[in-house]
Amino acid sequence: MENFRQINLLVNKQPYTLAIKPYVSLLDALRDYLDLTGTKKGCDHGQCGACTVLVNGNRVLSCITLAVMKDGAEITTIEGIDHPLQNTFIEHDAFQCGYCTPGQICSAIGMLREGKAHSRAEVAELMSGNLCRCGASMQIIDAIMEVKSGGSNE
Amino acid sequence: MNDFNYHKAATIDEAVNVVNENPRAAYLAGGTNIIDLWKYNIISPELLMDVNQLGEGIIETSDGIRLSAFITNSATAWHPLIEERYPLLSKAILAGASAQIRNMATNGGNLLQRTRCYYFYDPNVPCNKREPGSGCSAKEGYNRIHAILGASEQCIAVFPSDMCVALAALGAVLNVSGSAGNRSISFNDFHRLPGDTPQLDNNLLHDEIITSIDLPSKGFATNYSYLKLRDRHSYAFALVSVATGLDLEDNIIKEARIALGGVAHKPWRVIAAEEYLVGKAPTAENFAIAAEIILQGAISFKYNAFKIELSKRAIVRNCLMALDPSSQLPGSQPSA
Ligand SMILES: Cc1cc2nc3c(=O)[nH]c(=O)nc-3n(C[C@H](O)[C@H](O)[C@H](O)COP(=O)(O)OP(=O)(O)OC[C@H]3O[C@@H](n4cnc5c(N)ncnc54)[C@H](O)[C@@H]3O)c2cc1C
Ligand code: FES
Ligand code: FES
Repeated sequence: MENFRQINLLVNKQPYTLAIKPYVSLLDALRDYLDLTGTKKGCDHGQCGACTVLVNGNRVLSCITLAVMKDGAEITTIEGIDHPLQNTFIEHDAFQCGYCTPGQICSAIGMLREGKAHSRAEVAELMSGNLCRCGASMQIIDAIMEVKSGGSNE
Repeated sequence: MNDFNYHKAATIDEAVNVVNENPRAAYLAGGTNIIDLWKYNIISPELLMDVNQLGEGIIETSDGIRLSAFITNSATAWHPLIEERYPLLSKAILAGASAQIRNMATNGGNLLQRTRCYYFYDPNVPCNKREPGSGCSAKEGYNRIHAILGASEQCIAVFPSDMCVALAALGAVLNVSGSAGNRSISFNDFHRLPGDTPQLDNNLLHDEIITSIDLPSKGFATNYSYLKLRDRHSYAFALVSVATGLDLEDNIIKEARIALGGVAHKPWRVIAAEEYLVGKAPTAENFAIAAEIILQGAISFKYNAFKIELSKRAIVRNCLMALDPSSQLPGSQPSA
């Protein structure tokens, strides 16, 4: 097979081996090759955050990452997440259509791990890479603030 | 979108040798710009040489700090040495893009990101930067985000980086390697004005790779500020941004650095304005005179005339904020 690469990905703790062309984005690899369609394609250009996944624990945009760049990496998508945010999102009505939600939750988990947001304003700033077309942003911040330990709601 | 080859570089020398041999090869770092440009059919590389794994971190040198070109913007902005000694750089990086993009974007890639001019991104219209000789659609088009300083008949695009505005103010030096050897380039000599060759954003040769960025010891960590004005509070490119570093003694300015972003084809620094401030008190009046000097020769187009006055006010406000760096708030919210 010309120009196909064999790569290994550990997705949601499960090992996968894929033969793909270098131009396949991590997003397309997850959705179209591994059938993990929880991760969403919004803009496909790095502008909306819907495709956010965790790579080795860091939140990144899978639409502008090539899958081959992540050979050997550990990837977590919404399908592999079991986190209190999933409940607080429901309690706070933090979505309407739900299209941005997988990206919001992966991004929020990455943000909590980074540990740089100490106030509501900082959470809003550090979540700005996830747009919500339905306008649930305020409730999304509420849901995150509830989970954030020791964070003030100011 | 074309098919391309991919290679993970094991060493800098290997990366340089392979890119040197293929005029359609390019370095691939975070991918946040180059993959996007490929998706829009603006570039069609034959080979992407992945350099992400070549990073060496951040090290102290005898006269400052050396930042690897291959580490991420996040790792740089949040690094204790940068937060403590170069908070201006930290703030500028954190004002750019989004947390996810900063987790991917590298310091080298940030320096080489291309303009966000909509006509550059649209292959169906003329653009001298994308296709030399085809014309500039922005001059008579919707040019709200375009240059007010240093533009040419051929191109009025602006360079969109935030990080580079701080690097310009700090007087960084870039270390590069190429098939002809290693060299260092002072920050001001790196990016170019469009002139008659708007297709060239900077003075790097095709095979040259940026390996590191040197920051001089003086970090202006006591009096600094980065102000970014844009159409929304966060996750938007600058209409105008300002990086200021002041060195004060007994309320007199000993040294001033002021760089503007979003207004020209490169970060804009006017030494005469910085020299004017030396020996003066840090007052709004003096900063306003410096702002007039910086904006001398500014020329606007149909939709961006507002940028001239906005730049002047942003300079004054940011220099005053530098007197109390804690007045900077996340995003572009009004200062306290
Ligand atoms: C939606 C969106 C919003 C953004 N907003 C902002 C913003 O507000 N402010 C801002 O400053 N930026 C912003 N950016 C741009 C972002 O900062 C850049 O895309 C990023 O810094 C590029 O770095 P990278 O490592 O991903 O580069 P890549 O995309 O991998 O590469 C970019 C270019 O640099 C070359 N290159 C990379 N590394 C080297 C090296 N070491 N030596 C030589 N050449 C090299 C590549 O060949 C390519 O030509 C935004 C981007 C997106 C997608
Ligand atoms: S789909 Fe990746 S950022 Fe929009
Ligand atoms: S819930 Fe619809 S886009 Fe966010």
